[in-house]
Amino acid sequence: MKQAVQNLLDTASNEVSGLGDDQKALDQARVKFLGRKGELAQLFKELGKVPEQERREAGRILNEAKAKLEAIFSDALENSRRLAAGKRESIDVTVPGRKPQQGRLHPITQVALEITRIFNWLGFETVEGPEIELDYYNFEALNIPKDHPAREMQDTFYISEDVVLRTHTSPIQVRTMEKRRPPIRIIAPGRTYRCDSDVTHTPMFHQVEGLMVGKGVCFGDLKGILTTFVHQMFGHDVGLRFRPSFFPFTEPSAEVDIQCVMCRGQGCRVCSQTGWLEILGSGMVDPEVYKYVGYDPEEVTGFAFGMGIERIAMLKFGIDDLRLFFENDLRFLNQF
Amino acid sequence: MLISLNWLREYVDCPLAPQELGDRLTMAGLELEALWHRYPYLKDVITVRIDAVEPHPNADRLSICSVSNGSKMYKVVCGAPNVRNGEIAPLATAGAELPGGTVCEAVVRGESSQGMLCSEKELGLGDDQSGIWVLPADTPVGVALDTVLGIDDMLMGIGITPNRGDCLSMIGIAREVAAICGNSVKYPATYVEETGPPIEESTSVTIDDPEGCPRYSARLIRGVKIGPSPDWLRSRIEAVGMRSINNIVDVTNFIMIELGQPLHAFDFNRLREHRIVVRKAAAGEKFTTLDGTERDLPEGAVMICDGAGPVAIGGIMGGLNSEISPDTMDVLIESAYFQPNSIRKTSRRLGLKTESSYRFERGTDPEGVLRALDRAARLMRDVAGGTVSAGRIDAYPRPHTAPVLTLRVDSTNGFLGTSLTGPEMKKILESIEMRVDEIDGEGKILRVIPPSFRGDITREVDLAEEVARLSGYDSIPVTSPTGAIESAPLDSHQKARRDLKRMLAGAGFFEVINYSFISQEAIKKLRLPEADPLVETVRLKNPLSDEQAVMRTSLMPGLLQNAQYNFDRRNENVRIFELSKVFLPGKGELLANEPHHIAGLMAGARVAQLIYSSGEEIDYTDIKGAVESILEFFRIEGARFRAEELPPWLDPYSSASVYIGSERIGELGRAHQEVEEAFDLRRPVFLFRLDFDRLFELSGPSSSFKGLPKFPAVVRDMALVADQGLPVEKPLDYISSINEPLLESVEIFDIFRSEQLGDKKSVGYRLTYRAADRSLTDEEINTVHDKMVKKVVEKFGVSLR
Repeated sequence: MKQAVQNLLDTASNEVSGLGDDQKALDQARVKFLGRKGELAQLFKELGKVPEQERREAGRILNEAKAKLEAIFSDALENSRRLAAGKRESIDVTVPGRKPQQGRLHPITQVALEITRIFNWLGFETVEGPEIELDYYNFEALNIPKDHPAREMQDTFYISEDVVLRTHTSPIQVRTMEKRRPPIRIIAPGRTYRCDSDVTHTPMFHQVEGLMVGKGVCFGDLKGILTTFVHQMFGHDVGLRFRPSFFPFTEPSAEVDIQCVMCRGQGCRVCSQTGWLEILGSGMVDPEVYKYVGYDPEEVTGFAFGMGIERIAMLKFGIDDLRLFFENDLRFLNQF
Repeated sequence: MLISLNWLREYVDCPLAPQELGDRLTMAGLELEALWHRYPYLKDVITVRIDAVEPHPNADRLSICSVSNGSKMYKVVCGAPNVRNGEIAPLATAGAELPGGTVCEAVVRGESSQGMLCSEKELGLGDDQSGIWVLPADTPVGVALDTVLGIDDMLMGIGITPNRGDCLSMIGIAREVAAICGNSVKYPATYVEETGPPIEESTSVTIDDPEGCPRYSARLIRGVKIGPSPDWLRSRIEAVGMRSINNIVDVTNFIMIELGQPLHAFDFNRLREHRIVVRKAAAGEKFTTLDGTERDLPEGAVMICDGAGPVAIGGIMGGLNSEISPDTMDVLIESAYFQPNSIRKTSRRLGLKTESSYRFERGTDPEGVLRALDRAARLMRDVAGGTVSAGRIDAYPRPHTAPVLTLRVDSTNGFLGTSLTGPEMKKILESIEMRVDEIDGEGKILRVIPPSFRGDITREVDLAEEVARLSGYDSIPVTSPTGAIESAPLDSHQKARRDLKRMLAGAGFFEVINYSFISQEAIKKLRLPEADPLVETVRLKNPLSDEQAVMRTSLMPGLLQNAQYNFDRRNENVRIFELSKVFLPGKGELLANEPHHIAGLMAGARVAQLIYSSGEEIDYTDIKGAVESILEFFRIEGARFRAEELPPWLDPYSSASVYIGSERIGELGRAHQEVEEAFDLRRPVFLFRLDFDRLFELSGPSSSFKGLPKFPAVVRDMALVADQGLPVEKPLDYISSINEPLLESVEIFDIFRSEQLGDKKSVGYRLTYRAADRSLTDEEINTVHDKMVKKVVEKFGVSLR
């Protein structure tokens, strides 16, 4: 009996391992060995023929064999299921992802936010003013009287004799100083207008104005703040230079050039071979301007600066045509 | 300002190479804009001697010349009739880029030619093209032509800021160069031999407008011979882009460029009564300037008159009636100082700008008048002969008074952030011809008198600028402002604008920026009636075009044009917004109202990705969703959407106004079909507009945390079959209004129409019940929900599905 059981277990074991993951065949084999008329059942039938004193032992052997057979088949079935699972067809992982639709901020807005972020961090508060502005704030209180040659530097859109579209963000300097006493640190981004339209001019553009007034503010501080700004905006390795210039509302005045970001100062088409790019105008606030707002130039000094946002955006993103900013072509807007 | 370096070198020695000099000028505030050779191609044109001339074997009119540069022979085919043995002529060698084209070695009718013998015209140096340019017999051969002619010159374009009128001349630039190089200026000779009778015997000057003309000086030369200018004079003025006219006029132009003092030369014999009167123009006066234009004179313009009437508009342009002509014999030279504002005003009113007005309005040197006058007389006598009358007339009713300024060394250092000593500042200021004295014995306070040509220097701060400029901005140390720096955040309005823009970009919208000005026509395209407040615009007095003539009262035209622009470029799926100002005329105010609006446009596929797009297009629900997101952004609850008070640019059947309480704050929906046509839109677009500033003011309180529920919710649905006309919101609002304490929320989950339902629709509402303190039982909720259903059915006369 013992031998017969062992033979049965070996046969089953062999047969099962030959079937692999064929579940149907496994089921058939299970019936063949474990079914009601299966081979194990046959051995149980022969139990009656076993002598009395051995029957108990034989029964134990048969029951043990049953458990072993069941384990063989359940392992084999489990194994075959796993194998089958491994054979499931996998997805094509190159299928396009289902993207949430995503828009973008206009590059001008992005750059303006970046500029104001830097100056906010340097303690400059963001203020704004009207775009339709009084001649007084746009020119006169900035020491640009009527019939002054400096008015020719800016082609003005007029609404009436006394009202203009602001030609720069500088009137906010005067408006702010009228309302507050020093110390003042402000930054003023916004739209500006000049009647000029060609490849390098659009009749509307954006500027950021800055003003710092207080006790003992000096030209060196102007250099310090603007150097920090340039390094934050364009990188710490970008050189800059301050060059004497003229604005009616600052004295001394300085244009700030940065090393050309395209050629790193080697000279290229973008910088007209000079290696330098003009990016902002600045200077110490002219005492004449303080007269208009009732500050005493013996008590306070300060500096002001202004820059074109389009210009900086063009340099930052390598945009070569100013007009693209206002065409609002989605193929353009999608790039930033 | 165009500067000829050869010309400049007559007045100052400078060891710097041109580029280096230009860079130094830039850093002194005179920006080098361009630097170029006057005749870059002349380096490839050399002088040669013609050694042999033989006829061309295959062409009657051509000859074959052997020419020599002294060491090398060239064989040149030439068609000019005047080639002769032994003559010296310019040869353009192969590679020379002449104005008419590049010279190359060529075979002409079977004979090779190694260059081209040139005429004046071919070299761009004159008009003569009758033959080759025969140079004087003593011309050295083998030398570049520009060197031989003394025109190996470089030109600098220098940007002069409006405050530096004194730099609009060779002498002005020379002064700056002298300061940069530590040299002094060599002023040109002004001595003139006077051999005529005293000028007072012949003429007089009367100034009736000393405000407009504080100084007027004159000299008289008799017996001049008008003719072409000598080469040196022509070359000088042509180098800086002026045209040679005749010897007398050329001298006046030469001196304007040399000294910055515009002059005028009158034909003395055409001056009636032989005298000059300076007066203001009367109202309605007319005058014909020497360009032949009759002009209406602005009242108050400074007029130069003779005994009978105007002969020149002072400082701007002379008159046809007294100009120098080929038979002019006697010349009266005017050298005057005009008040800058007066010139500028007149020039602007006349719309007439000249080299002369440009300089006078920027301020000339009132004390430089006589130098220029004498110099002119000297040069005219040199180039046109004649006899200079003895003396000059110098009417000077308002003498220049130089300001006496005080420069405090310490406060200047404090202002600039420098640490210069008094003597250092003194030296800097003296280098630009200021008179400087120490007045305190310690070098701490300087008394400075600026020269008369620096009318821009009137205050201590102007001196500080000169010190900073000439010591070099680069040498000023970079410092950090003292005092505490606290970072300054955006204010809440600015922050809301920034964050809303970011939110919309995150939600799939692209931000656009449109011009603030639009055409009045574009407003009309919105179908607004004449009386609509949006039709009343702020108008520009001087727009660039009708397209940009008025300030926008609405963001819509911009967005609609953006859609059209993008559709035309095959960008079919458009989701854009603009958050910016519109401009509404201020009632009774000078300035406009400039409220912020937020507006958007959607068109195209609901899902842009082709693979996942089911072909569904954007519709009202998409644009409404965008608006609802914006309301959520502002934490505004209870907004109402009603098909009332719709603007004419929206389709009345698929649009709504947005109300908060009873206040209308915007609108949304599909563009009216006529608007879509007017803007050439070939597909439907959906729009929204909200009053940003009002939304900002109506913003809900910032969020505060509510504890999460501890007990489960129970959900029950009710599906109503209602008339198509019943807004789905009505039952929703009613259910909420019942105030059932266990009802947590109610939401529409389905709207369904079918043939079976006919003119009815089925609307599914999902009600969520919850108690804060216990788990609800089915029986409890069934009772509550059944009551709720019953109320709704009764209220709206609907049935259940």
